Amino acid sequence: MALLSRAAVLLGKEVRTEFRSRELLSTTIVFVLVVVVVFSFTFDPSSNESRRFGPGLLWMAFLFAASLMLQPCFLREQVNDTLSALRLAVSDPFAIFLAKISANTLFLLLTELLMLPVFAALFNVSFAAQLPGILLTFFLGSLGISVVGTALAVISAQARMRELLLPLLLLPLLTPILVVSTEVTIRLMQPEPYMEWKGIGLMAGFDVVFLTVLWLFGEYLLEE
Amino acid sequence: MTKRVLLGVVAIGLVACAAYASFYIAPEERTMGAIQKIFYFHASTAWAGETTFFVCFLANLLYIWKRKPQFDWLGVTCAEVGAACITVVLITGPIWARPVWGIWWTWDARLTSTFVLWILYICYLLLRTLVDEPDRRALMSALFGVFAFIDVPIVFGAIRWWRTQHPAPVIMGGPGSGLEPTMKAVFFFNVLAMHLFAAFLIVERYFLEKTKHDVELLRQEAEAR
Amino acid sequence: MAIAGRNGSGKTTLLRVAAQLVRPTRGSISFCGGADHPKPQIGFVGHSTMVYDELTAAENLIFFAKLQGVTEAKTRADELLREVGLEDRKDSLVRTFSRGMRQRVAIARALLAQPSLLLFDEPATGLDAESSAWLTEHVRKLRDTRCTILMSLHGESPMARLATRAVRLEGGSVIADTQRGAMLQSIFAAAGC
Repeated sequence: MALLSRAAVLLGKEVRTEFRSRELLSTTIVFVLVVVVVFSFTFDPSSNESRRFGPGLLWMAFLFAASLMLQPCFLREQVNDTLSALRLAVSDPFAIFLAKISANTLFLLLTELLMLPVFAALFNVSFAAQLPGILLTFFLGSLGISVVGTALAVISAQARMRELLLPLLLLPLLTPILVVSTEVTIRLMQPEPYMEWKGIGLMAGFDVVFLTVLWLFGEYLLEE
Repeated sequence: MTKRVLLGVVAIGLVACAAYASFYIAPEERTMGAIQKIFYFHASTAWAGETTFFVCFLANLLYIWKRKPQFDWLGVTCAEVGAACITVVLITGPIWARPVWGIWWTWDARLTSTFVLWILYICYLLLRTLVDEPDRRALMSALFGVFAFIDVPIVFGAIRWWRTQHPAPVIMGGPGSGLEPTMKAVFFFNVLAMHLFAAFLIVERYFLEKTKHDVELLRQEAEAR
Repeated sequence: MAIAGRNGSGKTTLLRVAAQLVRPTRGSISFCGGADHPKPQIGFVGHSTMVYDELTAAENLIFFAKLQGVTEAKTRADELLREVGLEDRKDSLVRTFSRGMRQRVAIARALLAQPSLLLFDEPATGLDAESSAWLTEHVRKLRDTRCTILMSLHGESPMARLATRAVRLEGGSVIADTQRGAMLQSIFAAAGC
């Protein structure tokens, strides 16, 4: 399909650009680390407490990091008006969104996967047994964050105080993701871990709903 | 002008009647006493707020489709009135909870979701102050409004599921549940009154927005000369 | 067709509406006289270069070629780089280019999919005499390939004289048109830039 191949070309460019400089990834990873460390001062990171508060802390750190990481996504297209070039080149604006969302999901996932062993070491918890479940949760959560975040990045790029506006708009909208993914992660970290499929279903539903909304309204977001 | 005045008089009159009915006609609840009567005000305002947000959503959709500034005015008007209604809900909830449960706040499903809903519409209003160009502002806030409205049922669903995992005291049962007939009648009368009052506020605010727009147009014409 | 007018007369808006980047508040566009005619391949050169500073010239062109579905993207990119005289700098980051060189990359990008409609928004701005002369020559070649060109210009210049038709805009409306008897010189003279 033309839509997917165009999105793939754009995704390739996004990934190539990022891996050339790696500034976004490295800054995001360090930021997550800083947030995790600072937050851990607010509770006693013994094993029991870690299991209760750890997952929430982890997801909060990811959410904050994402809200900063998503900023440049459309800001960098404003620099030389490359967004107009993209809109002229691609007949379906949804291809642009698909590519940006895929890139953002990929970068978020990379950050999360790199943080996982660090988090496990800092809080003496083990994820090894439940790795597939963790990966699925991270993927669905990151996708949800990226879909909504990419759309809001377009909106905030056109407003003043955009550095503050994007997190401000993003965090309330992502409440379902935060709540559900924390619960699912807690279940996976318990002494008798199990997969909370209802939560997974809720997250998948969130992702599908917002992808559909973006598909319907994306072209208006990119209008001049 | 007279129609608006009439609406105002009727709305305020109805609210006054509804208040009277709540205090003097509705019987006192067995366990909670007089403080329970705040429920009539609390729940009916909540319903009015939810209706207003739905109208806001429709206005947003219509703006995206038709691009008429009137829909933008309706959108911001409904968002403001809706946010005001929910503010009342968030204040009356704790006022009710404190004497009954001894706590100001509890993270129960409905109250938490309502809080997030309130924050979302405050964000909508904040976004509007941060985009300068009127057409951009209208389109961006309409799109955010659509996202926010679609998110609301998901927020309610997710938080309700979350609360089933961690049961906590519930501020009050569903409106109309376990209400005896007189109470039900008073409640629905309150709902009607609050809706009409919200409609009055919306009309007045809408015309304020329209006047702002007309003044701006005149100013631009004057500058061009 | 050359489009003249003072700042704020609507030249950029007109070109962006023609490219369908901006939705008009009133009115509509049709191509080749028919509302049902499919949108032609459009090349746009605006105030900004519309290329990525952090990629090389070659990478930019290959990327945009693939995005537009141009077959043999690399070959086409090389071909255009040769045409605009940037062959020896093709593997340098666009960030390192001068204004004149960036303009050449922008034009190469616009030509990738062999557009039948070219839109130029004040292309000679900020160019030195040498680059300006190169651009004029290039536009002449493009004009001779029977490609439709709409170009907004600031003042009379050799490039303006290449036009087969000129209009002047003021306040978003056409107030003079060589097709209706106005003189080319008067269209540009009155623009007073």
